[in-house]
Amino acid sequence: MATTLHSTSGRRTGDVSPIDIERIRRDFPILSTSVNDHPLVYLDNAASAQKPTCVIDALRHYYQSDNANIHRGVHALSIRATQDYEKARGTTQRFLAAARPEEIVFVRSATEAINLVAQTYGRANVHPGDEILISHMEHHSNIVPWQLLCEQSGARLRVIPINDAGELELDAFKELLSDKTRIVAVTHVSNALGTVNPVGEITRIAHERGAAVLIDGAQAAPHLKIDVRNIGCDFYAITGHKVFGPTGIGALYGRLDLLEAMPPYQGGGEMILSVSFEHTEYNHVPHKFEAGTPNIAGAIGLGAALDYVESIGRDAIASYEHELLAYATQALESVPELRIVGTARDKAAVISFVIDGVHPHDAGTILDQHGIAVRTGHHCAQPVMDRFGIPATCRASPALYNTRGEIDALVAGVRRVLEVFR
Amino acid sequence: MSDLGDLYQELLLDHYRRPRNCGALDDADGVADGNNPLCGDVVRVFVKVKGGVVTDVSFEGSSCAISTALASIMTESVKGKSVEQARALFRKFHNVVTQGADPSENGPPLGKLEVFAGVGKFPARVKCATLAWHTLEAALEHKPEPVTTE
Repeated sequence: MATTLHSTSGRRTGDVSPIDIERIRRDFPILSTSVNDHPLVYLDNAASAQKPTCVIDALRHYYQSDNANIHRGVHALSIRATQDYEKARGTTQRFLAAARPEEIVFVRSATEAINLVAQTYGRANVHPGDEILISHMEHHSNIVPWQLLCEQSGARLRVIPINDAGELELDAFKELLSDKTRIVAVTHVSNALGTVNPVGEITRIAHERGAAVLIDGAQAAPHLKIDVRNIGCDFYAITGHKVFGPTGIGALYGRLDLLEAMPPYQGGGEMILSVSFEHTEYNHVPHKFEAGTPNIAGAIGLGAALDYVESIGRDAIASYEHELLAYATQALESVPELRIVGTARDKAAVISFVIDGVHPHDAGTILDQHGIAVRTGHHCAQPVMDRFGIPATCRASPALYNTRGEIDALVAGVRRVLEVFR
Repeated sequence: MSDLGDLYQELLLDHYRRPRNCGALDDADGVADGNNPLCGDVVRVFVKVKGGVVTDVSFEGSSCAISTALASIMTESVKGKSVEQARALFRKFHNVVTQGADPSENGPPLGKLEVFAGVGKFPARVKCATLAWHTLEAALEHKPEPVTTE
């Protein structure tokens, strides 16, 4: 099955300086460890990426030197913690190319970002008979929040189909859109198939019909240059741990006028200006959506991770991963018993595959015994598995620190799997 | 590597490739469904019980080598045994794969089921070796709700 690979960033230039892979690998201490007496080959980055020393140091520095609650304290630690927390917001704003830092809401995860939009913007704007459009390739986190909203509001969930390559069917999308469509929620990059969706075009088409657009960027953030103003979307969700940051922190971009008009998500401290039993005045955005003491260390760690990615350069990362994906695709396709699932023209570094006669779970166990970490299962995208008539896949998802040598190890591991099952 | 050899023994692979007692029983007394949401494995177990004895048992489903081989060997192992003997066998098996109990000690001999003794070294796979057992228990008890390993 031939796969044509295009630039993942859409703005790759010819003069991108190559990345120093050995230096990058030294930045991630875990990569020099062993698993089951083999050097670790970590190819499960779509589930969670490893952390560079600078992120680990940022967390340690906060807890060792600056630990305090933010925004309210007048003492030195609180001021430093507040400054670093808000600095991370600015870093996230620039990472997403948002216009203003107030458009960045810190959340626990991309999942929470989507739930936040569903329960605030959605509850306020979606009514009985309205429709919400998602795609067939969504992660469960971009399906279930909308199902909940539909149950609550009496709206109907509709699904944009995908073709055999795992690409969105744009013509069907246009037909599904109507004056009843209130929200279109699609992923930027499919976690199960690697497909990069034309989110700018999707947004433009949706806006023509007056629908708001949320893009799930959880898988895009580690691979692509993201420009929310260029995309034109209303909401964009990312999570920290997939982009080399800590777990338990993510960010929601929301257009300022929308955030200001939306009701709060949760009530509590931080999100208010004044409280009496008769009346509570909510804080300004983004604090209106950050009830309770936030994950301060996590936000600071996320800022460090995004700075790290920028220091390498997203064009350089996209270029490197593009080559690695092409190499891996060709190497895996050289195994006759192996079939790649998800062959979109525009793909990020996610390769799902199945092996004749071998369940992915067994392949994953055997690969693990060789130190190779891949994900096996439905990848929280059961509708995608149903679409391709398979219960599960193996998924290798390289990141900027993976090498051709590690891809060779994966292919050798796949051959060992076949030997066991011969 | 020896751990891997312990897990994927020829007996197990044989039952994966050619599962025994695979297919529906038309006149089953008990039927139950099991699924492992972690990996998408699904299994359905059919039993016939007469006078407290498992006179026939079968399974169908789609799953990994360990799940499939377990279901196949399990059905062979409990056919002709009393319901109580079948339960005792599961208790023993469960202790071996989850607690690392010595298969040669206490309780009924495991026979072919001993091929799964190495599963305990693979914590992520223990559920594959217990799903069909839990489903068999549900079929014996006529539980209408699907069994899940989660």
